[in-house]
Amino acid sequence: MGASDFSKLPHIGEALLRKEDYRFLTGAGNYTDDIRLDNMTHAVFVRSPHAHANIKSINKSAALAAPGVVAVLDGPDVVDAKINGLPCGWLITDTSGKPMNEPPHPILANGKVRYVGDHVAMVVAETLEQAKNAAELVEVEYDVLPAVVDVRQAKTSTALHAEAPDNHCYNWAIGDKAAVDAAFANAAHVTKLDLINNRLAPNPMEPRAAIGSYNRASDEYTLYVSNQNPHVERLLMTAFVMGLPEHKVRVIAPDVGGGFGAKIYLYAEDVCLTWASKKLNRNIKWNCDRSEAFLSDAHGRDHSSHAELAIDKDGKFLALRVHTDANLGAYLSTFSTAVPTILYATLLAGQYATPQVYVEVDAWFTNTAPVDAYRGAGRPEATYLLERIVSRAAFELGMTQDAIRSKNFITQFPYQTPVALQYDTGDFHALMNHANKLGDLAGFPARKAASAAKGLLRGIGYSSYIEACGLAPSNVAGALGARAGLFECGEVRVHPTGSVTVFTGSHSHGQGHETTFAQVVAARLGIPVENVDIVHGDTGRVPFGMGTYGSRSISVGGAALMRALDKIEAKAKKIAAHLMEAGDADIDFANGEFSVKGTDKKIPFGTVALTAYVPHNYPLDKLEPGLNETAFYDPTNFTFPAGTYICEVEIDPQTGVTKVDKFTAVDDFGTIINPMIVEGQVHGGLVQGIGQALMENCVYDKETGQLLTGSFMDYTMPRADDFPQFAIGHECTPCTTNPLGTKGCGEAGAIGSPPAVINAVLDALAPVGVKDFDMPATPHRVWEAIQAAKA
Amino acid sequence: MQVQMKVNGKSVSVDAAPNTLLVQALREHLKLTGTHVGCDTAQCGACTVHVNGRAVKSCNMLTAQAQGAEVTTIEGMAQADGTMHPMQAAFKECHGLQCGFCTPGMVMSAVDIAKRHPNASESEIRELLEGNLCRCTGYQNIVKAVQQGSAAMKA
Repeated sequence: MGASDFSKLPHIGEALLRKEDYRFLTGAGNYTDDIRLDNMTHAVFVRSPHAHANIKSINKSAALAAPGVVAVLDGPDVVDAKINGLPCGWLITDTSGKPMNEPPHPILANGKVRYVGDHVAMVVAETLEQAKNAAELVEVEYDVLPAVVDVRQAKTSTALHAEAPDNHCYNWAIGDKAAVDAAFANAAHVTKLDLINNRLAPNPMEPRAAIGSYNRASDEYTLYVSNQNPHVERLLMTAFVMGLPEHKVRVIAPDVGGGFGAKIYLYAEDVCLTWASKKLNRNIKWNCDRSEAFLSDAHGRDHSSHAELAIDKDGKFLALRVHTDANLGAYLSTFSTAVPTILYATLLAGQYATPQVYVEVDAWFTNTAPVDAYRGAGRPEATYLLERIVSRAAFELGMTQDAIRSKNFITQFPYQTPVALQYDTGDFHALMNHANKLGDLAGFPARKAASAAKGLLRGIGYSSYIEACGLAPSNVAGALGARAGLFECGEVRVHPTGSVTVFTGSHSHGQGHETTFAQVVAARLGIPVENVDIVHGDTGRVPFGMGTYGSRSISVGGAALMRALDKIEAKAKKIAAHLMEAGDADIDFANGEFSVKGTDKKIPFGTVALTAYVPHNYPLDKLEPGLNETAFYDPTNFTFPAGTYICEVEIDPQTGVTKVDKFTAVDDFGTIINPMIVEGQVHGGLVQGIGQALMENCVYDKETGQLLTGSFMDYTMPRADDFPQFAIGHECTPCTTNPLGTKGCGEAGAIGSPPAVINAVLDALAPVGVKDFDMPATPHRVWEAIQAAKA
Repeated sequence: MQVQMKVNGKSVSVDAAPNTLLVQALREHLKLTGTHVGCDTAQCGACTVHVNGRAVKSCNMLTAQAQGAEVTTIEGMAQADGTMHPMQAAFKECHGLQCGFCTPGMVMSAVDIAKRHPNASESEIRELLEGNLCRCTGYQNIVKAVQQGSAAMKA
C-alpha cells in the first residue's frame, strides 16, 4: 500500500488516547530499577576524581574485607578476562585517506583515567549501602596529568591517547572547496560568524540502570537495561566486546524513562554487569545516581565553528564555508564520530538553494565525558550555525529575517544539495507563510512598543530548519563508515481469533508506539485498535531491531510493519479467495472485509484468521497454514521534516532576564498518524531546544577538568514556568520514499528552536549595540553582553 | 527501628534503619515502585507522595519522620475497581505524560495543587509545578491536565 491510500484509512490522523498511559498513571510501570530478582547483589562504580591521571596502584584489600562485599573488579581483571574495549560504530576516514584515530575504550581503566567519572573499579555487595561504603575503601593512587576540556585547546595539550597524536581524531570535509572559494571571490557581501554550540547533559528523567543476570543451567545471560535499542546493545556486546554467542544473551529494555540519545550506546557498566553476573553467579543491579549520570552519560553538542556566507547584490546566497572543531570527549562513544560529520555537515544546505557549500570538520579528544548523539544529533548544530548566519546576514543587509529566507528557499523537488543529500519533498514558502500568520507577525510592532513602554526590549527571531531522519540506506551508510545496518524489522502475528500482536524492533521510551503503531496495524486490517498490542524492547521476543533514535521509528519501523502487513494481506486474500471460490486477483480488502469484485460475496477478516489456523477448508497444497509475517525494511533515503519557527523574547536590560514571550512552530512531518502524540513530541523538543538557548550548559573547570554543573542544583533544567504556551501548526507534503508518507517528529523541536531564540535575543539587543552572543542566554550572560556593548 | 504508618489506607510496620529515606521504605520495603527516584538533590519531584494530605518529596524525608503518618502513593490514587482518580484521567486525556517516569510525582503534586489552589491561573500552575521536572512533555500538556483535573475534582 502506498502513502496516499494509507493516509485515507480510518484511525490515521486521529488523536487516539494512549494505550500505555494506564500503567504509567497508576504506578504500574516497569522500569529497570523496579525489577527485583532473587539472589540480587548491587554494584557501585569507583570513578576517577581526576580529569587526567596515570593510575599508580589500586588497593582493593580494605574494600574486599568490608561487610557484604562479593567482589571488587578492576582494569587488570578485565584484561585477564580478555574483554575488549567498547567499539565505535562509525569509522570516519580522514581527508588524508587514513582511518580516524581510534584509541581503545576500556570498560574499566587500564592504567590511565581520562575524565572525571571514568570507570576505575566495580564493587559488588549484598546491599547497595554496603557497596557504596566499600567503594569508599578502594584505594587508588593517581599521578595527575594536565587536563584539557576546551576543544580549541586540545591540539596543544597533553595527549590523552598514544593512538591519537595532538588529541586529533580526524579531519573530514565535504563539498567543492575550489568552487566555494571562487564564489566567495565574486560575492557582493560576505557575512562571517564565530559560534559555540554549548555542551548539554541529556538528563532523561530515569537515570540509566541495568541488571546483569546469568543462568548456569542454560548458560544464558539476561541484561535488563534502560536502553533505546536492545538488539544493537546485544550485537555490540557479544560480537565486539565479550565474544559471547549471541543466542545465549537476551537484552531486555523494559519501560524506559526517556532516552534522548543518551541510552543508545553500549556503556561500560552494561558490559561489567553482564561479565560479572557469570563470574560471581549472582544477579547484579546497578542504578545510576543523577550526579553519576552527569559525569558518565554521553553528553551532546560542544562544537566551536567559524562560518562564512557569500551573498550576491540581490541577497541571494552564493556559497557557504564552514570550519568546525568538534569535541568528542575522552573516548569514542558508539556513534560519536558520525554526529559532527554525516549528521551535521550534510544538513548545512538547509532550506536554501545555495549553489556551493564546503564544510571541514576537525574532531578532538579532551578530558571530558564522551560526546555523542543527543536529541537531534548533528542537525541542531547545523541548524544553529546556518540559521544564525542567515539572520546575521539579514541584519547586516537591512533585510527582514523572513525576506532573506524566502528569497533563498528551494522550490523545486526532488532537490540535490551540494552536500550529498537529496530532498524528496517540501514546501518551505508554505511553512514560512503559515508561521508568519500563526505568529501574528503583523502585530509584532505593537507588541514591541508595548514591551518598550514597560522598559523591556522585545526581539523576534526566525529559524527555518530542515533535518534528516531515518538514516539510510544501509549500503550507502556502510560506504560512509557505518558499522551497522540501518533497517528495521517488524513481525505481525495474527491470532486465530483475529486479534494481533505486533513485534517491532523500534523501541518506545515515551514516544507512544504502543498507540501509534497499533493505529497503523488496526487501520490496515480494519480491526479495532484495542485488538492490537505492540511488543518491543526484548531480544527474546522481537526477531531483530535497530531501535529508536534519529526520529526513525514510524518511518522505518512503521514501514517494516507496512511490509509485513502487505504480506499478511496477500496471504489472507488467497485464503479468502479459496473460501469464496474466487480467483486471488478478484479479491478486494477494505474495512476489515474481503469481497469478490462485482459480487456481494464477502467475509470478515476474523473468518480468514480463524481459517488460517483451523485449515479444514483450506488450500493446503498451495498455502501454508497460519497468519504470521515478518518483514525487514531498509529505506532508500532519509526523510526530511522541515519547519519555520518564530520566537519573540522580552529582555529586561536592567537584569538581563530573558523571557520567551511567544513561540510559533510550523512543521511539515508529512503524514501524521496521531496528532496528539506528534504535538507532544514538538512541545518536548521545543523545551529542550529553548532550554539549550536559555539555560542549559555543561561547564568543566578549565584547569582541573572538574564538572562544575554536576547536579540539578548546578545544571539548569527547564521548568514549567520558563515557557509560554506554544502555538503549533502543520503543513503536509508526504514523504515519497516510504509507504506511510511520514517524516518523523521526535527531534524537530530541539533542532529548530535554539537559533530562533538567539536570533530573537540579538534582534532585541541590537538597539543597545550587542552584535554577537553565544548560548545560553542566562540573565548573567545577557547582562554582561549589554554592559560590554555599552563600554 | 519499627516505623508504623498507614500507606494507601493500610497499616504497615517497616523495619527501617535510622538513615532509611521514606522513598526507600516505599520502594524497597513495601515494593511500591510507582514512586520514582530521578535525582539525588531533591530537585526533580519524581518521588512526590502525600504525607498527611500534603505533597512531600519522599527522598527528602526519613522513614522515621513518617512515624504515625498517613502516606498516599500513586498506587493509592485509583479506586478499588481500577477507575483512575480524576487527575490521573486528566493526564491521560490531555496527553500529559510521555515516558511516564516523572508522572507519578507530577500527579501527586497536581492533586496537591488542585486541593490547595483550586482557582490557580495557568501561570500560577506553572509556578506551582516548579518542584517537578519533566524532560519529555515540555509541560504544556501537564499544565492543561492540572487545569482539567482541578476542574474535575471540584465537580
